[in-house]
Order: sequence, then C-alpha cells, then structure tokens
Amino acid sequence: MAVKHWALKKSLWVYHVNTGACNNCDIEVLDLLTPRFDIERFGMILVGSPRHADVLAVTGTCTRQAMPRLQELYRQAAKPVVVLAIGSCAGAQGIFTEAYHMGSPVDETIRAVDPNAIIAYVPGCPPKPEAMIAAVVKAWDVIDTL
Amino acid sequence: MINIGPFHPLQEEAEFFQLYVDGERVVDVDVRISYNHRGIEKLDESKTFDQVPFVVERVCGICSASHPLAYVQAVEDIAHVQVPERALYLRTIVNELERIHSHLLWVGLAGHFLGYNTVFMWAWKYREPILDALEVATGSRVNYANCKIGGVRRDMTDEQLKEIDRLATESYGPVEMLTKAVIDDPVLHARLKNVGVLSKADARAYGATGPTGRGSGLPIDVRRDDPYAAYDRIDWQVHYEESGDVFAKAKVRLLETLEAVKIIQRAVRAIPGGEIDAKVQNIPPGEAVGHVEAPRGETFHYVRSDGSNYPVRHKVRAPSFNNIPTFKASCIGQEIADVAITLASVDPCYSCTERMCAAVDAESGRRMFDFAQLVKLSQEKTQRLRRQL
Amino acid sequence: MSEVAIPREVQVPLEGFVGEVLGALGDAVIGVERCDERRGFARIDPQRTVEVARRMLAMAGTRLATATGIDVRDGIDVLYHWCIEPQGVVVTLKVLAAGPEMTVDSIAPVVPAANWIEREMHDLLGANFRGHPDMRRLILDDSWPEGVYPLRKDFDQVRDRPPLPPAPPAPEEALP
Repeated sequence: MAVKHWALKKSLWVYHVNTGACNNCDIEVLDLLTPRFDIERFGMILVGSPRHADVLAVTGTCTRQAMPRLQELYRQAAKPVVVLAIGSCAGAQGIFTEAYHMGSPVDETIRAVDPNAIIAYVPGCPPKPEAMIAAVVKAWDVIDTL
Repeated sequence: MINIGPFHPLQEEAEFFQLYVDGERVVDVDVRISYNHRGIEKLDESKTFDQVPFVVERVCGICSASHPLAYVQAVEDIAHVQVPERALYLRTIVNELERIHSHLLWVGLAGHFLGYNTVFMWAWKYREPILDALEVATGSRVNYANCKIGGVRRDMTDEQLKEIDRLATESYGPVEMLTKAVIDDPVLHARLKNVGVLSKADARAYGATGPTGRGSGLPIDVRRDDPYAAYDRIDWQVHYEESGDVFAKAKVRLLETLEAVKIIQRAVRAIPGGEIDAKVQNIPPGEAVGHVEAPRGETFHYVRSDGSNYPVRHKVRAPSFNNIPTFKASCIGQEIADVAITLASVDPCYSCTERMCAAVDAESGRRMFDFAQLVKLSQEKTQRLRRQL
Repeated sequence: MSEVAIPREVQVPLEGFVGEVLGALGDAVIGVERCDERRGFARIDPQRTVEVARRMLAMAGTRLATATGIDVRDGIDVLYHWCIEPQGVVVTLKVLAAGPEMTVDSIAPVVPAANWIEREMHDLLGANFRGHPDMRRLILDDSWPEGVYPLRKDFDQVRDRPPLPPAPPAPEEALP
C-alpha cells in the first residue's frame, strides 16, 4: 500500500504492552518515535490506554505473572484491534521456551480470550525498527479491510 | 485538588512499583518483580557453557553486553584462562559504547519525565550513531553476541575501528553541550537538587552500585577497583558526587558518558594486534565469581562447574536488583510530583516502570495515580518552578 | 535431593589482604577453600552467621554484592558474596542451611542488601531465613504454588511446571 494513501487515513493508535522481556524490543519500539524513524509522520502515535488502541504492540515472552494482565488489556482494547507480536519472544517465547516461569505464548494467551484475534508477528531479537514499521504498514492493510 | 482515578478492574493486582501515599507524600514503597522473571538461572543449567552467553545477554537489553562479560570472566577464572590482549580491548570498546547508549537513553527518559521533551528527542537522536557504531562493531544494534569464554567471537578491522572512533567522537560535542546545559540550568537545580536523596550510609548498606552509588559519594567502580578487560591499561577516571540526590546521579551519568568516549578513543589507538580467542577446550570443576561495571552498576555472576559441559549453578545478579530497593530509602517522605524522577534516577528497566507503577492511598488502598499521571505531575512541577524563576 | 557435594574440612593458608579479612573473622570461619590476591572462599559456622555479617559490614569498604543459594546434598548452601573496595576483592562466605529444615539466621536485619536476595532464595530454593523482616514472595508469580522450588535439582523446568493461571473473569459491561 502506498504510504501516501495510508498517511491520508486517520492516525494509528498504538498501545504498547511488555509481558516480561529483556526490554530490547521495547526500546526499539520507543526508538520509532525518535527523529531517525519518526513514526509520527506516518500518523502513528503511542497512546496511554488500550481502550482506543488500533494496534496492541506486545513484546515479551508472556510470563506467568503477565498472562492475566495481557488478557485483561486485550479485552479492554476497542475492537477491531490488531495485535502485533514484536520479537521472537512475543512470537514463540524466543530462547525462553523451556524456562519454568513462562506462561502460554502471547498468541495462545490472547486466543484463549478471543479465538478470532488478529495477530501479526514481527520476528527478530530484536527486530530492527524498519521491520517494525513494515509490520505496522502490513497490519494497517488488514485493519483497512475490517 | 487530587485526581482520583476511575475504579480500575486491575486494582487488586499488585503493581510492579507500588507506592503508598498519604496526602501529598509517599509513606511506603513496594516492588514486585515477578512480571519479568523468566527463570534464566535454571535455564542455564541445561545449556552448555558456550551457549550461556547467548541466553544472558537477553537478561536485560540495556545492560546486554555486561552480563555475558561477567559470566565469561567467572568461567575464565575457573579454567585459569589467559585472555589475549586484543580481545580485552575489543571487550572494552563494546562495553563503553553500551554505556554511552544506555546513559543517553536515560537522559532522554529523564528529560521526558521532567517535561523537557526536546531533551528526549535530542538524546535519542544522538544515541543512533552509537547504535550504528555497535552495529559496525558487532553486527547488531543491541544484543551483540561478542563475548565468548576465552576472548571475543569477532575481530574488528582497522576501518571498523576508525569508524567506531569517528561515531563516538562526533557524539562528544553534543553530549558536552547537554552536560553543561543540565549543570547550569537553574530550573533543573530547583527540580532535582535535594530530591530523592540517598545517603552514603544507606547506599552502602543496600549494596547500591553504579551511578546510584557514586551519586551518593561511594567511590566505587568495578572497572577501577577490580579491573577487567583493558581498563587498567587505559588512562581514565571515575566520577562521583557527594549529595546523593537526583541531580548528582544525573551529573555522574553525563560525565561518565563523556569519559566513555575518551576510553573508546584511547582503546582504539592502543589496541594491539594478535589473537582474539584463547580457544578454551574444557572447563574443570571449580567455582568463581565475575563482575563488571554495567551502565546501571555492578553486574555480578557466580558460576560453579563440576567438569561436565553444563554449569552446575549460575547466579545472575543485575545491578538494579540492589539499586531498586534503595528507592525505599530515597522515596519515602517525598512529594508525589517527585516520584517519577526519583524512580528514574535509580535507572530501572524502562518497561518495568512505564506500565506498572501506581500510587495508592495508604489508608483506603484506593488507586490514586497510574504512572502516566505521576509523570504528568512531575512535568507540571517543572512548569511551576520555571514560572517562579 | 541434589548430588552436589560441598567440600569439607578444607583449609588453605591465609595470606595477603584476603587472608587478613578472613583472619579477622576468627573461629567463625570453619574452612578456607580459596585465599588468593583477589578472591576468598570460606565456610562459616551457621551459628555465627549474623555476627559474621555484622563484622563484615563494619569493616571499611565492604558491601554485600549478592548471595547465591545452591541445592546441595546436605541442604541449601547459602553463599554470601562480599565486595571490598578499593582493594577490589570478593570474599564469598558459605553457610549451610542443613536439611531437612533448611534454616539459617537471616542477615537482612543487619544488612539491608540481603533483604531481597534472601526472599529470592526462599522462593526458588526453599531456604528459610529465621528473623527476616519481610519474608513475602518476591520473584515467583501469584499463582505459583507453595512448596515448589524451581531451582532445586529435582525440579524439571519443563515437566514440573505448575498449571498456568486462569484467564481473569470477563469484565462487567457497566464501567464508569
């Protein structure tokens, strides 16, 4: 989709959730706000509440402690919402799959409360900011059709 | 007038940082760290010795280089390994680049909490060339996979070293300008001096290290006191301040950033040729500790081996584990508007702070403020002070 | 029970600064495993834990870096790691919390830096610290059952995981 077409649409509200991770993905998500990547020129903004989010940017492995919280936050997000599972941890718990404090992976956790959840995966450890932007653009295509 | 938040479905859940307030003041603080606990120490018992660095560099993204280094140093002690000189310098360069990018990250966040949003944009803009330098050095902006037992995994060419030197040197001017601006700004003086004071005695009793400890007058730095990598081969100095307040910690971090640039410049000039890997074959039975000065403070590892391919026990202690509890000593009695910046001054992991901090009324248990509101209170206080001055 | 054994009755000569530090602890030290320029490893009489902690904190330039708990054949071995600056020395003092009670005196009332790490060792290994001012769960999640200690050698990190927490109940529609 052409960036120009997309930029004419409304702003994309992104709510960021960390479910137990090393923070690398989170910092690269924050990096998107800064001058070099500047997602605000694409109309993407990070918001402070999930209630009006278009995109739930989830990082982390989803530890046992974070599981119910993630489910609660997903429920609060206005539907339709696209879940962006950012990083190998959010995709499949990364290198931590065998660790004892893992909850179920992010996608299973969310599908347990909404089997029809829309989930996009951005692999990488961490994914580069460019990859994240590409993922949001793809996700935007999906939102367009909803 | 105090804003009282809406009744919140998650209210009963303990937040990561839970503050108890009475009126305008903090009376108690509690922390739950189970959100981030993954079980890495147990995981490492099922990994071979040379797989472990890949796991532990993902303990925390901002101290990513410090964990593998502390670990391999412990194992190198068990195995009596002599690490080649060139590898020691290469380790130093990566770790100092990490210190710069971590401190600039902190400066940006602190700026945001105080309502200096241009500082946030500016600090993170000047962080980018450092991340580029790390990508040149190791192939990745974050998560470097550069350390191995006995040396480093990848060498650097002369061109790469020159490029790293250039990128680091270019950041010196801007950071120096910012440092002067912070140190001379009367609003920041009013905002940060005598705020979040941690006494020297408390700092020591809590085992605080890094800028949290040095900001309270503790003259300690692992790089100087128990030298590792190439720190005893390069001329550099430790920075510390006596007052123990947020201003002191900020100043220490800024001065350390400038010092890190100097260390990188000197390391690039002094680095010898030669091997980068001692090619360790076997880890004998034994136990040892390894510690390094991460940007946040001392990263401490303990390793025990029984001669097999797997560690029997691997203890990982990140600097924030000792620094975060000092919050109890530095935050109690503070006004709510100062909570965000006091918490930030200890430099805990960003994610832990952003979404999971709340202030509740000490008597009723009612949630008063979430973290976004605490940041807003902080920014408003800066505005008030600016108008007064 | 773990098969890891602890070395017993080891005694290497006390030398240098580390030797002075260990020597100052007198007969509270019941074995010395390593004493060189920068590192010391010694075993402490479990009855004298708090006294040793007091003495260590009173020495110039000491701080408790952290502690490591290890599941060993005879109980939980608690290793307190003390750093001393500016000498740049790390002295590890080992105290055995012998089974089946796995209990030693907490040093947290004397050394605040021990507070969290003793809670962690309790969570993950089941070591008990008599007199700890605030022995609450620190690191395992709310749904983790009591009495299951993941860092013990007989706990398999995949097979022995307790059941996962349930999803929170669906919210009421009417929220202010």
